[in-house]
Amino acid sequence: MQESNPEADGETEVSPSLTVEQAIANLTHEDVSLRYYAAWWLGKFQIDTPAAVEALIAALDDEADRTALGGYPLRRNAARALGKIGDIKAVPALIECLDGSDFYVREAAAQSLGMLGDPACIPALKQLLFGGIEAAVQVPGMPHLVQPYEAVMEALGTLQATEAIPLIKPFLEHSVERVQYSASRAMYQLTKDSVYGESLVKALAGKDIQLRRVALSDLGAIGYLPAASAIVSSAVENSFKLIALKGLLEHQLEPFKPESLNDEAIKVMNLMDTLL
Amino acid sequence: MTNDQSLIQAVEQADTPARLIAAVRALADAHLEAGIPILITALGYNNPGAASLAVEGLIQMGGSAVPPLLEKLDGYNYGARAYAIRALAAIADPRALDILNTAALNDFAPSVRRAAAKGLGNLHWHKLSPEQIPFAQEKAFYTLRQVCQDSEWSIRYAAIVGLQLLAAQPGLKPHIQTHLQQMLPSESDRAVRARVQLATLSS
Repeated sequence: MQESNPEADGETEVSPSLTVEQAIANLTHEDVSLRYYAAWWLGKFQIDTPAAVEALIAALDDEADRTALGGYPLRRNAARALGKIGDIKAVPALIECLDGSDFYVREAAAQSLGMLGDPACIPALKQLLFGGIEAAVQVPGMPHLVQPYEAVMEALGTLQATEAIPLIKPFLEHSVERVQYSASRAMYQLTKDSVYGESLVKALAGKDIQLRRVALSDLGAIGYLPAASAIVSSAVENSFKLIALKGLLEHQLEPFKPESLNDEAIKVMNLMDTLL
Repeated sequence: MTNDQSLIQAVEQADTPARLIAAVRALADAHLEAGIPILITALGYNNPGAASLAVEGLIQMGGSAVPPLLEKLDGYNYGARAYAIRALAAIADPRALDILNTAALNDFAPSVRRAAAKGLGNLHWHKLSPEQIPFAQEKAFYTLRQVCQDSEWSIRYAAIVGLQLLAAQPGLKPHIQTHLQQMLPSESDRAVRARVQLATLSS
């Protein structure tokens, strides 16, 4: 689960402006930092022209921008941007990224595949869960596990990949809390069984504020309405609570016509009002 | 040492988050004028539990907490500033009008702007002299209309809550209703649109 601080978002941005043409051209600029920034920029402003999408797909094969450890920063940003842009033309290339050597490219690709919503990627995502929790160990010397399990399970949940349930369920017992939460989140999305929502609610009372924020964001993502008051009273900054409640609210709005508000939606808004 | 002093010292000397929360709760419950400065300091300890209790304590103190809150507004720690603005918004003393206006329009932190926007709708206008009221309300309405155009959804959301509260003022109600109606078609965020609808029903 990629966590970002909503307080920091939108207030630390001092982004040099680019034109779409410049950004696309910069993806192959000799200065690799300009490539990296251009990929971020195209995603941030969701530039969905065919030329932008093709240039970003090409950037997924970039060999020039490498970290000391062999990572591919440009590929990471290009994969993230393609998810935000939302053109399913990127799906085959992103599926290929799931086999790459850079953990963070695989993670970004899994997240973006979840956002793009094309079920064609389900078999490839499932493969990353093979081996179960025995295989899901820390990579020596790195701050992450073998695979981006959280991103993969969240994508499978979003994609309604019920065939992945037997692969996801064991991860409820993983030793890393964030992985457990992602498994709960996906299991709730796939089964609608409240037991998974409740285990995330329980996580709101955990000792670590980072983990409470993650659980909060997961509850928002699944729109688990019974969590509303637990979200309000959790010991987390209001910014995070508001985003989580917005998730609950949007789930209430979904099946309704734009002009009608149901009682649950009004209750959630009343709670949001108290957090301003 | 008096009991009052020991309540204050307990906050200053708390060495764990749990002790801090307990000490702030005890101090807030005691409703001490002398405790106001330390409650304000507790807004900046980066402990959301303690800060929320301190906000509650300051709200309980009402008008006597307003001058120190205005004076000690933390220019560096936006978290602390947001809690202070929340306390000012809830106390609703119109002496905070200028600070709330400035914060709603210009603060760089969304949490501060949200708290200020909501607070602008809810001031105890009757505490102003009758000739000041129309001007002050018009100022709040103007600010909230500006804030309704922010690019961040949560800030627009807060501005709408502020407008709904401000619509309790009979003179402004029809203007606010018109403004809300005009917002609906152009609002891109579903949650914010829902809040506009609720405001048009409630105001």
